[in-house]
Amino acid sequence: MSVAAPSRKKPSRSQQIANVALYPLDWLEERSGLVGGVRYFLFRKVPRDTSWFHTLGSATLTAFLVQAITGVVLAFYYKPDPESAYESVQFITNDLTLGWLVRGMHKWGASVFIILMFFHMARVFLFGAYKYPRELNWIIGVLLLALGMLEGFTGYLLPWDQTAYWATVVGINLNGTAPVLGPFLAQFLSGGAEIGQDTLSKFYALHMLAIPGAIFALIGLHLYLVIRLGVTSPPWSEEAAGRHRGEARDSGRGRRGLVRPGGRGSANGD
Amino acid sequence: MAHAAGCGSCYVFDTYERTKVESNRDPDLSSHDNETPHLPPPSLWPIGFAVGIACVLTGIVVSTIVAVVGAVVTLVFGFLWIRDVTRPVRTPAAPVEPERREERAVIEAGDDEPAAYPRSAFLSGATLGLGAVIGGLITVPVLGFAVLPSFTNQEEQDVELGPIDEFPESEFVIATYLENPEIGEVSRRTMFIRNNGRTDDGVPSFTMLYSRCAHLGCPVQPNGLIDEEGAKTIGPQDTRLIPVLLTGFGCPCHGGQYDTEGNRTAGPPVRALDRAEFSIKNGNLVLGKFFSVAEVEGAGARARIYKYGRSVPGVHVDGPSSWLYPIEVPQ
Repeated sequence: MSVAAPSRKKPSRSQQIANVALYPLDWLEERSGLVGGVRYFLFRKVPRDTSWFHTLGSATLTAFLVQAITGVVLAFYYKPDPESAYESVQFITNDLTLGWLVRGMHKWGASVFIILMFFHMARVFLFGAYKYPRELNWIIGVLLLALGMLEGFTGYLLPWDQTAYWATVVGINLNGTAPVLGPFLAQFLSGGAEIGQDTLSKFYALHMLAIPGAIFALIGLHLYLVIRLGVTSPPWSEEAAGRHRGEARDSGRGRRGLVRPGGRGSANGD
Repeated sequence: MAHAAGCGSCYVFDTYERTKVESNRDPDLSSHDNETPHLPPPSLWPIGFAVGIACVLTGIVVSTIVAVVGAVVTLVFGFLWIRDVTRPVRTPAAPVEPERREERAVIEAGDDEPAAYPRSAFLSGATLGLGAVIGGLITVPVLGFAVLPSFTNQEEQDVELGPIDEFPESEFVIATYLENPEIGEVSRRTMFIRNNGRTDDGVPSFTMLYSRCAHLGCPVQPNGLIDEEGAKTIGPQDTRLIPVLLTGFGCPCHGGQYDTEGNRTAGPPVRALDRAEFSIKNGNLVLGKFFSVAEVEGAGARARIYKYGRSVPGVHVDGPSSWLYPIEVPQ
């Protein structure tokens, strides 16, 4: 992102065109450094032997973004009120142009999001990618999983049909059986001794304001740590992290291919 | 090996540029391998602790003595475990030579007042403190508003279920009503009501079973014949009275079964069906406060009802399991 240095020679025509085209980017870069940041993010080094397994995290993120966008559109038409919630969902599904599609994307995408989270977690676990120094990222991932499940729980009530209602009754009462504070949690969730008029709007607010906000924030932290700590090589990698190419094979010590801190072998004096 | 001659606790994340990121960890910990033993060495205390916990849990079900023994074992091994683990921490820290500053000494020699509290420390402390106060002033009321309405002003208004004549003696009637007509169908509740005639003292007696299952709160259904044609609708709360001939109650969700007194006969429920108090005003049956029931001995007007405060479904109201829920939720 460099503006051509001032020189006496008149720049060539193609150079001039490039300068004009890149001017907005240069303007942005000079005032924010954002372009360099994005370049760093896109062109950072990753292990050579990353595979399709490493795309599960991005797939989960994509599924969440689909949920966020379709959710906003559904919120244009949904009415979180016991009298009209069911009718508004029927209206979205049957009467609005392409409403069935957006609702379907949100409903099925919810399952896709949860399933992808589990696949991503399995990949991280089986690759040992949760180990030092990435423990904190695993912890954040567990919080994201819990929040994703909470999204599922709170979103299930919103169609306000019999399945939604009784599934939520059972779900709230399951929470109620937790020791000591469980009954308080159940009463807080239902807004009284039983599900009532406030339960639906409370679940709606949690579902579309509180929990997605927390998920966005935690995804930001999650990605920051991914970029800071780098991508793990797969366990079958011939190349241990932290070595130059060609150096991995001569270490002769430890299990080959395990992700080990650089210089560890020599620090113990062999 | 030459390639890692730098520091032992450095981690290389960028394999191409070999940029090093310093780790603040103790090199003894971070460069641990399989040859050097752990310090402190592994101990058996956690196993004893786990055995103690197992004894407590078994004892809660089986006998108090086992539970007490388990608790003692747990405490002893827990203490030993903690003592073992914290030993390195408890060893006294190496003495540190205090830092000396000549100028400070000169100032203190000048006047006898203690060392001045630095202005910058005061300012940062004041910023943090004021920020905390302002944050608290906003957060506390908001949190209170978020939580408290679910626990206050929960008294239910009395519901008139109709004239006593509508309830034939020794037969159940399904009564569904709107607890709060303003909010509509979401407040519809169902009671199973049986007129027991009079008690030995001559007081009218009704069995008022609430349809909420004591397992996880699904609506319990009567096992028997429902006389839809005999249904009547009365009162401002859209009360419907439907006669029913039944032999018990069953829950469609997870198969809990109850007898005609609401005692559990099969399935997962942890106690009997909840009941409600009642009163009679101007010849009308009036629904009162709900309460939870551990079990019922006997039947009808002579039933002995073990009554507890209203509790959420799935929660024991008596026995050791009820100790898990020591604080009663305000209604």
